[in-house]
Amino acid sequence: MTIQFNDESFRDDYTFHNSEWAIKRFPFPFHEDSYMYSVNMEQHRGGPEGSVYEMRFDVDEHYVSEMKDRAIVLDQDPLRCQSLPHMTLAGWDLLELIMVSKSEDYPDLFELHRNGNQWRWINKPLGIDHSFTFMDETTLPYGPMEYITRQAQGDFAVLDQRDEMLWMDAGMVTTQADWSLDFDIGMNFFEWHAPVPKAHEMGIFKRALKFLLNIQQGAPARRLNWTMTVNPLLDTSPENYHKWGIQKTTLTPENIAHKQHLRVELQTFFRLPRSNALVFPIRCYLCSFQDLMTVPKWGRRLHRVVRDLPVELATYKGFIDNRPMMLDYLSQFDDGLPTSPGVWPDLETEPPLSK
Amino acid sequence: MSGAEKIQVKVTEITPLNELVTRFRFERVDGRQLPTFSGGAHTVVEMQDGGITRLNPYSLMSDPFDQSSYTISVRRDDQGRGGSLFMHRQVKLGDEMTISYPVNLFSLDLRARKHLFLAGGIGITPFLAQIKQLELLHGHWELHYACRNQALASYADQLTDRHPNATHLYYDDQSQVIDLENLLSGQPLGTHVYVCGPKGMIDWVRNTAAAEGWPEDCVHYEEFLAPQPGKPFEVRLASSEKVIHVGENESLLEAIEREGVDAPYLCRGGACGQCETVVLDHDGNFVHRDHWLTDEEKAAGKKIMPCVSRFEGKSLVLDR
Repeated sequence: MTIQFNDESFRDDYTFHNSEWAIKRFPFPFHEDSYMYSVNMEQHRGGPEGSVYEMRFDVDEHYVSEMKDRAIVLDQDPLRCQSLPHMTLAGWDLLELIMVSKSEDYPDLFELHRNGNQWRWINKPLGIDHSFTFMDETTLPYGPMEYITRQAQGDFAVLDQRDEMLWMDAGMVTTQADWSLDFDIGMNFFEWHAPVPKAHEMGIFKRALKFLLNIQQGAPARRLNWTMTVNPLLDTSPENYHKWGIQKTTLTPENIAHKQHLRVELQTFFRLPRSNALVFPIRCYLCSFQDLMTVPKWGRRLHRVVRDLPVELATYKGFIDNRPMMLDYLSQFDDGLPTSPGVWPDLETEPPLSK
Repeated sequence: MSGAEKIQVKVTEITPLNELVTRFRFERVDGRQLPTFSGGAHTVVEMQDGGITRLNPYSLMSDPFDQSSYTISVRRDDQGRGGSLFMHRQVKLGDEMTISYPVNLFSLDLRARKHLFLAGGIGITPFLAQIKQLELLHGHWELHYACRNQALASYADQLTDRHPNATHLYYDDQSQVIDLENLLSGQPLGTHVYVCGPKGMIDWVRNTAAAEGWPEDCVHYEEFLAPQPGKPFEVRLASSEKVIHVGENESLLEAIEREGVDAPYLCRGGACGQCETVVLDHDGNFVHRDHWLTDEEKAAGKKIMPCVSRFEGKSLVLDR
């Protein structure tokens, strides 16, 4: 397969856009007409051809531009990438996992040639051809985790596992839904999830931790999470809230169709072999409301989910103030017809909008 | 599906080390590379022993970064239910076997400034892999290894040859004992202690460390229990609507699997917690043998770890 990479921006003039291909494969997160938290984990071993679930690390048309945006964020704020001293081995694990996966899954875009510890890595979209010594940091321009995550879409939390607990001890976090690595670094699983409403009472995090501690080598897992973002911003960080938070007030009935985006995270989990750490890639996909409405099933369902979401969740996800305006827009695309179960667009079988 | 991912291997080397311990080397049947692992990991070896499928965990002792083969060392247990006897008597060079992907329940704390290893007998095996890993990463470690006698001290010669300053040996028959209190009190800040050996040794190290004020998080231990034989008993599996019979020489988990009921597991030695099963009803006494449930949970009688624990009494109903 070949991918036509977009030249686009996630800031200032916001030229980000999804092709028709990207809209159809967008990971719509609602499998029914309502939403409540659940651990909703499944095995991450491929998925339908062309879907974002097919490969271990999905590469799409936004790859090159997302990597440029990451470089800008890191230039302005180097603390977005941190690795505590004991996490270097996990960084090598991650570098190996991504290089091996991408070169096997996208042989036309990435090549990895290994001769013992002498490795040559070719990344054609980014124009990189680099020979280095595996496990020798002095042969890379950055630490191993930073080196490879400057070439991989999505954020990466690298979690140490000790004492029946996970610890946020390394990460590359530049495309996050309002959380800070610099704030969370060194925290344990319960500490960094403390701000999430309702889920603690529901016992969600205890069950999730138990599941994650038991993820084994060769058996990765995945789940989806979602929120709302005004303008196609990758970097919605607490550090830059003063820049993007205010943009939520610029939403109007006239611009909501292209300004309001559903933000979906494809979260995957891999056990890292040499370090026994766990890597948690959090891949962000953005889709404007107007693009989502091209799929009749998604239009009907998104209206119902946003309408019925408990106030605490709409507040936590940061769109409680804009919810009435969103519902005014979305209700135009809900004709009350039933929707088919599951997340897929079902373009051939779902009836067109009848209103 | 239960347990870790599986790998098909063939036995490419069988090396008797002494009267009790034999080493086995495994390579992949398909000729590909094995996954790397972290020191302290184990693999679960499947044995087709007559009509019985045995699944026993063994620590991987080879270099964790060597993907050409795995090695394990098996101590013969003449009183056990037969897993180690099967390995010693039935397994031949060239045999094909199924093993699991590596699973680590005894990993190094990579923050440690120093790793202090305390091994008893066959408990040396996870440390062999951890030592190889630390040598590669230039880690700081020290080993204290207690055995019954010199003849049974597997790998002692190799360790003293390669690491004469870091290896300390103790032989019971020469009345040599680890001077644990002094050893612990002399460690630099940031030391983590790891113990693998018989239950008595693990308890001794944990209690001594606690008495000396060591933080719990700095003391790591691993003891795989082998399921013990016991009186036969009957169990009703409520979700699968089956009544099964647990024989004298099989574990409750093995009996559940024999009946075709898929039950989760990882270590099969009472340590990982994966097979924890809810007790819906019982009239009788549990024989809890695991390290997973707390004393309060064991007393409450609401949960059982079927890999090593049993039941004696009139009736037992499980949510499985």
